[in-house]
Amino acid sequence: MIVPGVDGYMYPNEVELQWSLLIVLYPYITGLVAGAFILASLERVFKVEAVRPTYRLALLTALSFLLVAPLPLQLHLGHPERSLEMYLTPHTSSAMAMFGFVYLWYLLVVLLLEIWLEYRAEIVHMARTCTGWTRIIYKALTLGSDNISPASLRIDEKVGYAITVIGIPSAFLLHGYVGFIFGSVKANPWWSTPLMPIVFLFSAMVSGIAAVLVLYAASMKFRKVPIDMRCLDTIARYLFYTFLIDFTLEMMDLIHRTYEADESFRSLDFMVHTRLWGSHVILQLVLGTFIPLVLLAATQLWKFSEATRRGLYITASSLALIGIFAMRWNVVIGGQLFSKSFLGYTSYKMEFATREGLLPAILLLIMPFAILLVLVKLLPPWEKRAA
Amino acid sequence: MDPTRRDLFKIGGKLLVLASIGATLEQITGAEPAPDAYKMADHWWGMLIDIDKCIGCGNCVRACAQENGVPQGYYRTWVERYQVEEGKRPVVESPDGGMHGFAPLTREDVKSFFVPKLCNQCANSPCVQVCPVGATFVSPDGVVLVDPKYCLGCRYCVQACPYGCRYLHPGTQTVDKCSLCYHRITKGLTTACCENCPTFARQLVDFKNPKDPVHNFLRHNKVQVLKPYMATEAKVYYKDLDGAVR
Repeated sequence: MIVPGVDGYMYPNEVELQWSLLIVLYPYITGLVAGAFILASLERVFKVEAVRPTYRLALLTALSFLLVAPLPLQLHLGHPERSLEMYLTPHTSSAMAMFGFVYLWYLLVVLLLEIWLEYRAEIVHMARTCTGWTRIIYKALTLGSDNISPASLRIDEKVGYAITVIGIPSAFLLHGYVGFIFGSVKANPWWSTPLMPIVFLFSAMVSGIAAVLVLYAASMKFRKVPIDMRCLDTIARYLFYTFLIDFTLEMMDLIHRTYEADESFRSLDFMVHTRLWGSHVILQLVLGTFIPLVLLAATQLWKFSEATRRGLYITASSLALIGIFAMRWNVVIGGQLFSKSFLGYTSYKMEFATREGLLPAILLLIMPFAILLVLVKLLPPWEKRAA
Repeated sequence: MDPTRRDLFKIGGKLLVLASIGATLEQITGAEPAPDAYKMADHWWGMLIDIDKCIGCGNCVRACAQENGVPQGYYRTWVERYQVEEGKRPVVESPDGGMHGFAPLTREDVKSFFVPKLCNQCANSPCVQVCPVGATFVSPDGVVLVDPKYCLGCRYCVQACPYGCRYLHPGTQTVDKCSLCYHRITKGLTTACCENCPTFARQLVDFKNPKDPVHNFLRHNKVQVLKPYMATEAKVYYKDLDGAVR
């Protein structure tokens, strides 16, 4: 009997994929969060002054995506109403059980607190000068703390610095942990590698830095303000370095698998050459890795005009964003296309207007931008301490 | 006359005293459960499968589906037919989980045999390890169970099972799997699949029962578990398992 979409032999319960497009979104979104935050920390902790114009934008981008991060998981659960049980009765041996705690730590202790401290002086100023409902909003955002004396602001600065320092390992934890969720599944050779957390981490940094670069360039264009090229050059340089490390790690994984060629290799190799050819070889490797790396390398090796550099950076960043999305797709979906018997392959049938279909996925990807618009309106990231 | 607050306290107090006496009486008299009552600590369940005895009739798959209300298209147990030719990759099939048997073989020059599959009731189970809320667990008598009232339906366990034994029940939206007919074996019955196997290819075994024939069987036969390199401490043993089986 021929099962539609199946080649060779799948265990009967394997034919249907269990983790869908929404689970592709989850590591993609958390990666953008971690990457954007790490870019922000360059200015705060490592004193890379050139990226200062993007500091606040990077923080707000991280928050916008972090607020959306749990939604694809919630939508995916068979019983979303029980998700609170992960907090109340976590099963400590589960790699997934810590998600809620890592998420809350990152949201409440790192991002919200850092953003609040960064903006506190302006929030207080707005609460004093605005009228009507905006005054109420800013008043609420002060959380009752309206002391903006120089001494108080110095404390804010110190605490903010400390939080960013804590934030860097937290960002590493957030995304390294997501990688561990996959990398620790010993039943799945496509996932099971100790490199997975670190590959996830560096790919997260690539996607987050690329996202902030594109958002910064787009927002400057929209505001008709000239782009700070020193800032863009610096971000692009960090993007290049991070991308190189990410590429090296992925190649290490590939070379190791190919050379070792264990039982699963033949099956996985066939999958990459057939069902994953488009998303893995074309999108992830060629379009999403080689081309942007070559473009970024070119900007480091030769001198180009500002307009050309801008074009190259934005093209490379956009391709990197597509490439990292393809990477998440290939990990999550690719990891379920082959049978654990190594004797067959199934297909992913993406639906459209269903709970786990394409439509909710598109909406979930648009949502962080809508949140970012509101946040930018409420807490303008353009001028530091304009008040 | 309406009861006063004092009356309510009195009634409540009496109930409390009665309840505590009830508990104490049982302890004082040492009243034990009925002698034939099931004690989890006395059992450690598993299964023996004799591959050469399986004729691929699919009785076990049908019996399991009927006994446990397994939804169509999903399988708590299934039967695979392997056709192994020298120097080639095996050809494996399991149409409808082998529920309706198999079409006659078209070739006679290949080695062919049936392999019944089910949850391996691993003692060191990866599915149990990964469940974020502990909804799936190993019972004290060695059966891997799922609490459908607690399962989130995240399906991490489905990904973690190396044997493909789990699925999301489309009705309950919780993960479902072979429970080794826990509702039957705790009443002294065997599993539906074992009961309906015409050749005794499947045998429910209790490793803690010194009289269980399993001990003698393991002493005198070559057995293997599926994917031993996964180190899951599977408790479904296969007699004369071919190296081609995955």
